Amino acid sequence: MIEVKDLTKTYGNNARGIRDVSFKIDKGEIVGFLGPNGAGKTTTMRILTCFMPATSGSATVAGYDVFEDSLKVRSRIGYLPETVPLYTDMQVPVYLRFVAGLKGVPWKEIKNRVAAIMEQVGLTHMAHKFIGELSKGYRQRVGLAQALINDPEVLILDEPTIGLDPQQITEIRTLIKGLSGERTIILSSHILPEVSMLCKRVIIIDEGRIKAMDTPDNLTTQLTKSNRVLARIGGQQAAILSELQKMPGVKRVDCLSGESDGGTGSYTVEFESGGQSSHLVARLAGERKWDLYELSPMKMSLEEIFIRIVTEEETKK
Amino acid sequence: MRNFFFILVKELRSYFYSPVAFVVITIFSALTGYYFYNIFANFSTVSFQAQTDPMVAQQYGILNVTEFVIRPFFGVLSFVLLIMLPMLTMRVFSEEKKTGTIELLLTYPVRDIEAVVGKFSGCMGIFTIMLSLSFPCIMLVAFFGDPEWGVIASGYVGLFLMGGAFISLGIFMSTLTENQIIAAVLSFASLLMLYMVGATAGFVGERMGHFLEYISIITHLDNFAKGVLDTSDMMYYLLFMLFFLFLSMRSLESKRWRA
Repeated sequence: MIEVKDLTKTYGNNARGIRDVSFKIDKGEIVGFLGPNGAGKTTTMRILTCFMPATSGSATVAGYDVFEDSLKVRSRIGYLPETVPLYTDMQVPVYLRFVAGLKGVPWKEIKNRVAAIMEQVGLTHMAHKFIGELSKGYRQRVGLAQALINDPEVLILDEPTIGLDPQQITEIRTLIKGLSGERTIILSSHILPEVSMLCKRVIIIDEGRIKAMDTPDNLTTQLTKSNRVLARIGGQQAAILSELQKMPGVKRVDCLSGESDGGTGSYTVEFESGGQSSHLVARLAGERKWDLYELSPMKMSLEEIFIRIVTEEETKK
Repeated sequence: MRNFFFILVKELRSYFYSPVAFVVITIFSALTGYYFYNIFANFSTVSFQAQTDPMVAQQYGILNVTEFVIRPFFGVLSFVLLIMLPMLTMRVFSEEKKTGTIELLLTYPVRDIEAVVGKFSGCMGIFTIMLSLSFPCIMLVAFFGDPEWGVIASGYVGLFLMGGAFISLGIFMSTLTENQIIAAVLSFASLLMLYMVGATAGFVGERMGHFLEYISIITHLDNFAKGVLDTSDMMYYLLFMLFFLFLSMRSLESKRWRA
């Protein structure tokens, strides 16, 4: 659906921009763009939406080149820019009818389409208001509504949940999740749990280059070279520590909390090899007759992965 | 065609949602009304004096209401338009650039020509309303006197074309910057320059003089105000409009290829 090849964009002498970005997104995929501020997320999106040209490289959306067949590309995408620029002097339905008209919704359907989309994003009770009077959260909804109005094949959302309160964030996320299916969605964010929640695939981008591209799960296993288990065990701390240490394949054991004279303590056990290893701790606890209160494999969060990828690159330099 | 229509309606709407249209139209009407009063009152005084004093009658010759009221009135209208129209056009693209709405507009499936011509027509709509509000003055002349309707018609055609030229230049200036003040100043400066350039014609030699006279945006209106419909004057204004609308399109488009 979307194919980007060696895309490069430079802004004068400024180092910002993107360099040799290539990726491919299939129909129906939700892909997350992840990166710190100024990493090149918005630049990539602006090139895909035909707002600005690339310095070199090519990008196609639905088989059409963004530079050569700009009109065809533009009629197939819905775009929500980061700042959600809207005409503040227009009323919500008037604005949406204007956008529907420009995006080629047939005359007769415009009215119904606007009503339906306002219902979908929860704007119906704001119908009489001017966009300038709306709060940030509602403006974001108007932004989403204008992107969705012609039911586009591709949705490009630049930080769709930025600046919203927690409840609104959940609502918008549910909305985006509900949109997936036939649609191809690219969304950028620096809120990592959001990306891992919504996206099947993550593209991590930093300083204009793609640093990693995979599913959140694969990224986790790929990066977690050892795997860790968290266990809460009752018993003598010193004994437990030494027994855990003696287990085969254990790299390191830490005691997070607990009293030395019995009671319960939390321990992290780090194994050298990947794969499942919680059962080994459970087996040992059974043999030694320890009271095992809690046992869980510790996963790396996307945050940790992200920080690791970005910092690893820096240390390599 | 469809997109053109939607943009035109949106432009007209936003002029009236904000006070811009009301302010510009009101000020325009007030100024032209005041000037008209001066011209008309002066004419009535002169004709009264001419009736009683043969010296005055000789000095002015035949007192013709079309010649002494309608023609100067068109001149005044042209000058007030020069002041007011950049106020209408300065926001056209600058505002969209400043607020970032241009990013959405340019990522919709809209051709640049549709955006430019749509916005141009929106301004022309407001300008037509402005211009039509000067018509009651003409009606007043017709009530008391007997003006030549042919001259009035051709004068309005001329003003309409000239206003279009002012607007096209203003729109082009607004595509260049995101600052509305800069857009307005650039429009004023270039229009005033084109307005006055004819004054230099007398002392730069014959060839250059003809050229400057032809370039001047106001000399062509004189013919219209005299009731002379000359195709060369019409072509001047039409080409002027086409030229600046074309430049505006190019200026917008350049965002898409200027890497």
